Amino acid sequence: MSSRIAYIASNTFREAVRDRVLYNLIAFALLLSGAAILVGQISIDIEKLVVVNLGLTAVSLFGVVIAIFIGIGLVSKEIERRTLYTVLSRPVRRWEFIVGKFFGLAGTLVVNTFFMAIGVFGALLYVAHKFTSGDALILVALYFIVLEFLIICSVALLFSSFSSPLLSAILAFSLFVIGSFADDLRGFAGITHGLTRWVATGTAYLVPNFSALNIISAVAHQQSIPAQLIVQNTLYALFYSAMALSGAVLIFERRNLK
Amino acid sequence: MTSRQRTTICATGILLFSMLSSMLLLHHVDEIRPRDIVDDTLYIASPKLVKHASLGFNGLMACIYWTRAVQYFGHRHLLRQKSYNELGPLLEITSTLDPQLLAPYQFGSTFLAPAPPNGAGQPERAIRLMQYGIQNNPQNWRLYYDLGFIYYTELKDFKKASEAFQKGSQISDAHPFLKVLAANTAEHAEDFGTARLLWSAAYQNSNEANIRQNALEHLRAIQVDEDVTNLQNAVTRFVDKNGRIPTSLWEIASAEHLPGVPVDPDGVPYELSLDGQVLVANPDEFAFIKKGTPPGYTPGPPKFHKQQ
Amino acid sequence: MAAIEILGLEKTYMVGFWRKQPKRALHPLHLSVQEGEIFGFLGPNGAGKTTTLKMLMGLVFPTGGTARILGKDWTDPEVKAQIGFLPEQPYFYDYLTAHELLDYYGQLSGIPGKDRKSKVDAMLHRVGLHDIKGMQLRKFSKGMLQRVGIAQAILHDPKIVFFDEPMSGLDPLGRREVRDLMEQLKQEGKTVFFSTHILSDAEALCDRVAIIHKGELRGEGAVEELTSAVQGKVEMVWNGTQVPASMKALGAECHATGETVRAILPESQQDAAIDALRRERLRLIAIVPLRTSLETYFVEKLQHSQTTAGTSK
Repeated sequence: MSSRIAYIASNTFREAVRDRVLYNLIAFALLLSGAAILVGQISIDIEKLVVVNLGLTAVSLFGVVIAIFIGIGLVSKEIERRTLYTVLSRPVRRWEFIVGKFFGLAGTLVVNTFFMAIGVFGALLYVAHKFTSGDALILVALYFIVLEFLIICSVALLFSSFSSPLLSAILAFSLFVIGSFADDLRGFAGITHGLTRWVATGTAYLVPNFSALNIISAVAHQQSIPAQLIVQNTLYALFYSAMALSGAVLIFERRNLK
Repeated sequence: MTSRQRTTICATGILLFSMLSSMLLLHHVDEIRPRDIVDDTLYIASPKLVKHASLGFNGLMACIYWTRAVQYFGHRHLLRQKSYNELGPLLEITSTLDPQLLAPYQFGSTFLAPAPPNGAGQPERAIRLMQYGIQNNPQNWRLYYDLGFIYYTELKDFKKASEAFQKGSQISDAHPFLKVLAANTAEHAEDFGTARLLWSAAYQNSNEANIRQNALEHLRAIQVDEDVTNLQNAVTRFVDKNGRIPTSLWEIASAEHLPGVPVDPDGVPYELSLDGQVLVANPDEFAFIKKGTPPGYTPGPPKFHKQQ
Repeated sequence: MAAIEILGLEKTYMVGFWRKQPKRALHPLHLSVQEGEIFGFLGPNGAGKTTTLKMLMGLVFPTGGTARILGKDWTDPEVKAQIGFLPEQPYFYDYLTAHELLDYYGQLSGIPGKDRKSKVDAMLHRVGLHDIKGMQLRKFSKGMLQRVGIAQAILHDPKIVFFDEPMSGLDPLGRREVRDLMEQLKQEGKTVFFSTHILSDAEALCDRVAIIHKGELRGEGAVEELTSAVQGKVEMVWNGTQVPASMKALGAECHATGETVRAILPESQQDAAIDALRRERLRLIAIVPLRTSLETYFVEKLQHSQTTAGTSK
């Protein structure tokens, strides 16, 4: 069982690579080095701040876009192109297929983030000429960004299991935006009354909470991150992804493949 | 049981369990980081930067920041906090994002200027905010009112207050009371009538819950102050006439031909101390009174009452 | 043991936008296929052949009925290790090469590492793709893709192989190759279940066939029997244009064309007819027993179903 999941995951990774996804690293590298050089020349005393903020934001945004664009097609494309027929006629369980796809996409993003991290640290070295201990926090921020990716991958996969790529993209992107303002949504919900309050609170708790995972500004100012937050965010990301994935499995188990 | 049934049960179980867990986690996180919402702003001290970061969706961001400002204040006010350092930045960011949003200006004039625990204690900052608002909304009379309000209530600069009210009254669709306020502030600023006018205007002019409540409490306080002043004058007249301090307010009531002992806005009768001072029975019920409190009284945290 | 037992599988779709109407793609089907035989599942387009196959593969869920494959419930995942499937006009991951695809499918079928390498190589040779094993599938022609499809279907040495319209779109050479392959599979002791609407292929290959039309089973039986439902007649051909008088008495229908006469008469009268011709010194060229072709059987069953369908409504 687990080997089948691993095989599906590695094939998904292979597909992403052959789809030239990793070329986005070139765009990223250009962006970051351009910014680093520019800022290094202007020398306005916040070079590090800019590099960290810009670098991490770019890692996050590039990754989210990749996660959504590949994620939404993971299942629907296979159904549409009927490549699934010969796969499912083998001893592959449908849920293994979903889980394998998830790990494949997540793995792609982790690899992508790894290379981008090198870029960020490289740019940082260029503008600051040395590392300080506070820079280790950037790793925490990157870790949280990866957790963010896990959630988005699972959500994109969920949508892919039942709707068309276009609709899935819109839904996934909307969920990302709403999730970024999840704190405010919970605040709003707190002010309302009655039925609205129930609906708003319910929604606020169901959308993925990306605000807790976004510590880019804090890290840019070298604020320390409490260990409790790290543990909590890890658990949250795991639970949320599990939730979305099990939803995807339930839906996919029932689909008649035309 | 077929493998498909097994999978369905497992998946449903995992779905429910993880949904509950994630929601519980979030709730737990909420308990320990309400302040985090606002710490953001420490890092975005420049409203201009926020504006650029909004990618053109200023209006929406303004709404979000406005909500955050109200929540921030309300939350701290509830906890009777002594400082509201982030209120200024939040309001300023909101106004930078959307200068035409009027609510922040009003909120700023009511809560940015007064001293803690009723506000942030930054009247100069509030004035700058109003001026920014007026600059961006020159045809809005309410902003002049808000500006005059600050001069009157916090800075006690009645001349400037009157000027502001006057300027505002000149705008075409201005509410007539502005002219009245301008005149009153110029001539007898410290009269109860003027104060009452100002706070009634504040109450009627806003739909924001915090502002209305605040105005209401001030109106109650004005009532008490006025009653106490009048009663105190009556006591003085009595002393002059009868050469002694009255034993109780009943004597005053009959001397002045009043139907009974005057009562405060809560219906509780006023009291008379042994040395002839008129006192309020429950000073804690009236947040902003200046008269009628026993010597050595320190006001507790302000209480807010429902409107009558 | 029956290799495949279809026990009342049926599929009803709900079609329409607002008020969904049920549409029966397959009426409850009862069929069994023995081990080691080549079974043809015949029917015109849209008859329900592909629906049946998809249900057996677990791609579509039946609205009723069950099936057993090799004695186990057809939804049992272990069963899948013993079967291979070639869908109609197959699609594969076009970013993979033939070699990579077979290796991946081998992994999914649970063939262990070292074994896999040799099996994949052997399979590539068998279907004649070894030379282009490094070429991405997106560059393959239809015939080449079909070969990949066959390769992946038999890679893991399954006991039963399911083909859905395996000859469709192939040139005569390709079709010949597929036919040969199916014969080979039978030699290897495998069971072959294939659907097609080309009757000559079925007649040549199959041990048994079933005919399905508009979702209903119309006929079933061994090809031998169905086509030897002979009319009990023979066809005789002789030189010349003369028809002996006695021929008609024997119940012959005669037909003169050019230099020869063809006569169809009951088999029992064969000897008498030969005598009659010899008496007249007519030279007999050929005697051939007449067989029903599968086509005739097919058309007859379909027409019958039309009429019964007409009356049963």
